[in-house]
Amino acid sequence: MMKLLKKCYLGLIMVFLYIPIVVLIIQSFNAGESRANWEGFSFRWYIELLQDERILNALYVTVSIAVIAMIVSTILGTLAAIGIHAMRKRPQAMMMTLTNLPNTMPDIVTGISLMLLVLFTKVERGYVTMLLAHITFDTPYVILSVLPKLKQMNRHTYEAALDLGATPVYALFHVIIPQCKQGIITGAMLAFTLSLDDFTISYFTTSPLVQNLSTLIYSATRTGIDPTLNALSALMFVALLVLLLIVNRRTAEDK
Amino acid sequence: MISNVSLPWWAWAAMGVGLVVFIAMIAMTIKRNRGMHRSLFASPYTLWMIIFTVVPVILISYYAFTDANGHFTLDNFKNFWDSHYEANKVIAAEGKRLGVDYSQYIVRGTVNWDTLVYSLWMAFQCTVICLLLGYPAALFMADRKMKLGSTLVVLFIIPMWMNFLLRTVAWMSLLEDSGLINSLLKSLGFEGVQLMYTSNTVLLGMVYNYLPFMVFPIYTVLNKMDFRLSEAAADLGCNSFQTLYKVTVPLSVPGIVSGITMVFMPSVTTFFIPRVLGGGYTMMFGDLIESKFLTEGNWNAGSALSLLMMLLILVSLSILRKVDPNGEGGGLA
Repeated sequence: MMKLLKKCYLGLIMVFLYIPIVVLIIQSFNAGESRANWEGFSFRWYIELLQDERILNALYVTVSIAVIAMIVSTILGTLAAIGIHAMRKRPQAMMMTLTNLPNTMPDIVTGISLMLLVLFTKVERGYVTMLLAHITFDTPYVILSVLPKLKQMNRHTYEAALDLGATPVYALFHVIIPQCKQGIITGAMLAFTLSLDDFTISYFTTSPLVQNLSTLIYSATRTGIDPTLNALSALMFVALLVLLLIVNRRTAEDK
Repeated sequence: MISNVSLPWWAWAAMGVGLVVFIAMIAMTIKRNRGMHRSLFASPYTLWMIIFTVVPVILISYYAFTDANGHFTLDNFKNFWDSHYEANKVIAAEGKRLGVDYSQYIVRGTVNWDTLVYSLWMAFQCTVICLLLGYPAALFMADRKMKLGSTLVVLFIIPMWMNFLLRTVAWMSLLEDSGLINSLLKSLGFEGVQLMYTSNTVLLGMVYNYLPFMVFPIYTVLNKMDFRLSEAAADLGCNSFQTLYKVTVPLSVPGIVSGITMVFMPSVTTFFIPRVLGGGYTMMFGDLIESKFLTEGNWNAGSALSLLMMLLILVSLSILRKVDPNGEGGGLA
């Protein structure tokens, strides 16, 4: 009895979480433009999506920034984590404060402070500034996922590698990095998803001419959301779901 | 326009000194270790963070303490306590010039203060609702007999992949006057209800978006908890309710603290959710900061508000740290 009640409760929470998504996906197949009336099933919005330059451009901006920011912040963050791990107590504490600072700052403050920096240096707001901002908020997350793995690692393996004649760089690639691979992958994935979903920081660091999906949707809320955006997000949702299933299958096989 | 104001000479000097110190520290590390040391791997990141985090924060502070001409002033903070401050100053000066006493017309504006209180109240409600909804969910997920844990965690994460703006807008199509719920009500012969553009709609949107952030940390802690402890409590005569509030809840405090942090912080500062679901009738603090910068173009006042916001978050974080000093609650992972 209790078990059934518990399952019902979890089921209700799931319904709450998935209702808007289901609505969104259904709307993307609606033949009409209305959000409320069902006018028959069609792929109209999916076809229009392929012809909508604005949305495709925003998609390109979003994905390319997410990928580049992921790569750069993973490299920067992994190196930083290794460096911080090797530091002595005082500088290490200082670096951790610096790393935690962006997490404790509200997004809107981060966004505005970066906007001030951009305007101050008189750089034009656009693709590059948005990319730099994304790298900036991604990197601490990479560090925070790599550091715990480094702490679990046996300190002496690195020293042993040096004693046996490895150069520090060789030891880095063949001893340290393989051991914290899992943390690096987690960090990279976290960076990718955070960058993909970010709105606030992108909003302040880009110009209206270069938009990612979030800022495009934001400006669309004023004029009315286009069902093509629903179609796009339904597609992205399914794509990510498939990706997850593949990754899951892979890791299951590895075990 | 403020963007034409350049930094005073001492700011450039400070940046130069900072750069020299940074290079000197690297050089010293190299010298001390007679060559490459692993801690140097952190130097690109350090430089990056100085440019993109430390300098921007300094810039915000600089703006918060200066006026449009770059002179030091505390007016921006007075502006927080009295949103008519600037207007009142003009009126008082005008009265002085004309020799008329305008003091009876001077009214203190409380918009900024009220907005802050409203945001805190909304964030508080959101956090409480998330905790009440999320704790049982985390508890049931961690239940070993149900064997659902990891599947449900994935089910909680999946909705977060849908762009959060679109998910919020999707609620709009459910709740608006011509939306699904209202059409359903009307087709059943009931009166339509006004569901959009109220505080409760905004609250719904916030709870919807931030609920997973409450569930994950609590689940992580409960999942790691030694379940034999609650079995022991049961053996020693606790009923299941006593076990819950004497053993399980106290042990999950780190998760609760981390969940509260992760829900409360973004909900104080959100500005998209009140924009869309509140339709501009509900102004929250994030809204206010954004409009100070982008609508009014008053960067100095906006910076002061941002600085206050940061201060508020830092204070509440340090209070929460006291409850969970080791940060055992962990984060998303």
